[in-house]
Amino acid sequence: MTQASLGESVVQKTVQAQQNNGVAASATHTQPLWLLAEVTYRCPLHCAFCYNPTDYDKHTQNELTTEQWLQALRDARKLGALQLGISGGEPLLRDDIEDIVVEAKKLGYYSNLITSGVGLTEKRIQAFKEGGLDHIQLSMHDITEEINNFITNTKTFELKKKVAAMIKNHGYPMVLNVVIHRYNIGHLREILDMAEALGADYIELANTQYYGWSLVNRSQLMPTKEQVDEAEAIANEFRANPNNKMKVFFVVPDYFSDRPKKCMNGWGEVFMIVTANGDVLPCHSARVLPNMTFPNVRDDGLAYAWQDSPAFNKYRGDAWMKEPCRSCSEKENDLGGCRCQAFLLSGDAEAADPVCSKSPHRHLIDQAIIDSRNPQAVAQPIVFRNDKNSKKILAGELDDRVKAFHAVP
Amino acid sequence: MSNQIKHTDCYALALHHRFQWEEAQQNYVILFPEGMVKLHGGAGEVLKRLDGKATVGDVVADLKATFPDAANIEADIVGMFELALSKGWLRQL
Repeated sequence: MTQASLGESVVQKTVQAQQNNGVAASATHTQPLWLLAEVTYRCPLHCAFCYNPTDYDKHTQNELTTEQWLQALRDARKLGALQLGISGGEPLLRDDIEDIVVEAKKLGYYSNLITSGVGLTEKRIQAFKEGGLDHIQLSMHDITEEINNFITNTKTFELKKKVAAMIKNHGYPMVLNVVIHRYNIGHLREILDMAEALGADYIELANTQYYGWSLVNRSQLMPTKEQVDEAEAIANEFRANPNNKMKVFFVVPDYFSDRPKKCMNGWGEVFMIVTANGDVLPCHSARVLPNMTFPNVRDDGLAYAWQDSPAFNKYRGDAWMKEPCRSCSEKENDLGGCRCQAFLLSGDAEAADPVCSKSPHRHLIDQAIIDSRNPQAVAQPIVFRNDKNSKKILAGELDDRVKAFHAVP
Repeated sequence: MSNQIKHTDCYALALHHRFQWEEAQQNYVILFPEGMVKLHGGAGEVLKRLDGKATVGDVVADLKATFPDAANIEADIVGMFELALSKGWLRQL
């Protein structure tokens, strides 16, 4: 799965809708609206662009129990959460998703299973339907078997088509998520046609954002500016055709923008993530930040995590900002961008997101764009997301590669 | 009435959309894949009257009776139907 699919694009959709009359903006800043349950980091796919932490291997043995998940659902609901994403890793590797779905329905969540489709059987989808799961978001990778299997490092192309049909047959809205990168960006028109032919109701074209595994594979994954512009034009053309019923969301890649994204719609504003081992995070990759202790559902309640924990309060609002953000007239638009990206690239978690043209670190982004055209950088092997590579990263064996993309604070 | 919305029309929530009261937020919401909207009180009052049988005219009459002091309520209600249709929250029965 992708950060974009759960992160800011989801909220952007909310925010866009909320800008219309009849609808209040989410301005209270006091309640989580979205709970993302990253129920496991185990995954049968090995996608090169995965945003999961590269050290996820240490969290595959200490997953929360079913009862702990049900309690987290109850507690988050009390705080106001109402959209539930069940994600991972591949959530279907757990055999208690059925129990989670039933509880979610009982509590009044709008629940979404975010899956690669691997492990979705007739029996399970029927149980999800009966249990009240509201929708399923399926990741798709390409129209070609070759690229699908290459980028996921698995043979899953035929399976995905079967699962798409299964989702449709059970009366679910079909939401496809396609992570866009250099290997599939040239096939966008065909990908849209395929999705339309499969009967998709929504398609999210999520340009890769560079965190976790995708950051160490950035030179190999990043498309050119020209490719991104063309892709956006194709998406717009598709949307403009009245014969096309499918809704298309195009998540713009921030590296090619001169202002950062309003990451997670603001730190601790609407999103709460509970990870496989029970850590409670304001964003998917927050654990990369230095000198932060995140609350854990095993020790602290979710109410404490959301309202009182130092971690959730650290970057709420704009009091933490430095220049150039502090006095910037646009600071409310993006709240200084992404803390993780600022730290990963500049070594300073409180710096402006380097994407911003006002950032003193913008040259890092420009260099990344140049590197992505450098044949030598591009020719390096992809580090696929798998247990073996995660163990290697934990053991420091891939330090050179990691350091090539991460600032040393 | 507007060109689009007629008194005799009957609307229901669009497929895969859910409308519910949120105690924690103290407002009505519409939930759908990948998104949600919080509704102002007036919008919630309109949507909760859509039971699959009530026409736009019925909703207008009922709300006029419930809120006799609200000025120009009919235009607001029709505006709400227009917005909800344009957003894809409603489907015509």
